[in-house]
Amino acid sequence: MIPYLVAFLVVGIPLAWSEWALGRHGGSLGHNSAPGIFRGILRHRNGSYVGMLGTVMPVLIYTYYVIVEALCLYYAWHYLTGTLTGMGDDVGAVGAFFVKSLGLSGHGALFASGQGGFLLCIAFCFLLNFGLIYRGLSRGIEKFCLIAMPMLVVCAFIVLARVLTLQPPADAPDQTLLNGLGFMWNPAQSGETIWSTLANPNVWLAATGQIFFSLSLGFGLILTYSSYLKKDDDIALSSLTSVAGNGFCEVVLGGMIALPAAFIFLGPMFLSDPSNISTFSLGFVTLPNVFNQMPGGGFFGFLFFFLLFLAAVTSSLSMLQPAIALLEEGLGISRKPSVAILGFVTFTGTCFIAYFSAGATALDTVDFWMANFFIFIFATVQTLVFGWIIGPKRGYEALTAGAEIQIPRGIMFMIRYISPLYLIGVFALWCKNSLPERWHAIVNPPAGEPPVVLMSLGFILIVIIFFSVVIAISNQRWNQQSGETAK
Amino acid sequence: MTTAGWIVMSAAIIGMTGLLVWCIYKVLTTPESTRHLHSPVDIDTKDT
Repeated sequence: MIPYLVAFLVVGIPLAWSEWALGRHGGSLGHNSAPGIFRGILRHRNGSYVGMLGTVMPVLIYTYYVIVEALCLYYAWHYLTGTLTGMGDDVGAVGAFFVKSLGLSGHGALFASGQGGFLLCIAFCFLLNFGLIYRGLSRGIEKFCLIAMPMLVVCAFIVLARVLTLQPPADAPDQTLLNGLGFMWNPAQSGETIWSTLANPNVWLAATGQIFFSLSLGFGLILTYSSYLKKDDDIALSSLTSVAGNGFCEVVLGGMIALPAAFIFLGPMFLSDPSNISTFSLGFVTLPNVFNQMPGGGFFGFLFFFLLFLAAVTSSLSMLQPAIALLEEGLGISRKPSVAILGFVTFTGTCFIAYFSAGATALDTVDFWMANFFIFIFATVQTLVFGWIIGPKRGYEALTAGAEIQIPRGIMFMIRYISPLYLIGVFALWCKNSLPERWHAIVNPPAGEPPVVLMSLGFILIVIIFFSVVIAISNQRWNQQSGETAK
Repeated sequence: MTTAGWIVMSAAIIGMTGLLVWCIYKVLTTPESTRHLHSPVDIDTKDT
């Protein structure tokens, strides 16, 4: 948790302000897509390639995010029908349900007979997202979420109240709430010192990646949306409130619910395996156990997962906007053909990830390279561009125009020096310690199994090439337009 | 839970809650906040 809190202060808030200001500045130059924004800010025709990751990442993250979204809906449905409530306090049954739902037992398991329900949910979510965005109705569901999201927070507080009153299982008296909180909050676990924990670059990379992902920073979403803002709109308080709301939900609600509850139900042995403590298993294995042990658990389980599904819909819709903005702006086509092209690309990716589901290998690979690796690179680029290309004077002006709060001038020192140093330092250490291991996993797939990691990277490369071509065409168009303007 | 754990947990909860409460207070006391303040989801992308 210490790396998370440090990353929140050193890069979370500064990057939020940088990205909102960069986006609005790019918008004032007439661009709404990340490649266009970087082309405008860097004043170089090839600057658009610097912003390419701001389009590629949301598209690739969408390909697996829609599966998570579908899983929320699937769980809500199974609470409504009583399947999950019927499992009672059988922790193993809930775990088996999760494994079966995602088809983790083998490649193609999701397409085997008897798995139609979850596939139907994926198809429904896919059609819902593209239907809403195709018809321009996405703002309708966002308005609905103005009510739904506070309800989700209230629901989380009710779950928190139940977690804080959980008793240890009869056969594991040591799995108490206090020990669970210790597992979550103690700076060092047994057998480790604080310093040995903090010296692990993987922890810092994961914590920082989590900050970026949960705050929707570093992968082009905020950059695109803020480009539509006017000069006198506030971005300082708006971004800080968004960051604070996310931080509160993750630290105060998430930190007090997920890991302590997982500790009580699943025990420290299960949690000591890092592959078991993904957000996935924590949310979808642990929480049903909490719901199954509270009065009205079926109702609260349904409400929680359904509201989570709605929240996921708003996130997935926003992930499509950066690519749509590029296709519209760069190719000069309208929204509907843009949505159709994007639908084809993301549908291919989602099918690939859904098919190669054994151990969630394809999902984990795309998630790691997008939500941990490339997000880090793009966040660093944005910080450097804001701090050094736009510079402290213009940057501060861009950030504070229309601001409702006073931002200390020292923030520009932070964005110029501290945040990039932190990002580059953590990234370099991680590359030194863990990149060889990752590379080994890529080139040495398990014997007798398809090289899913390599295939996933191949898919990422294809998407990168596709958007490189789109950017090359966009550049020609932008060059023509700037030539006409000059004339 | 160790003493250090209690300190980290208290600092994190107080810090995050305090920041959120302050932000909400500022938002609610801003005149015409719905016109002037935005979250990503309510920004009009003007292409629909």
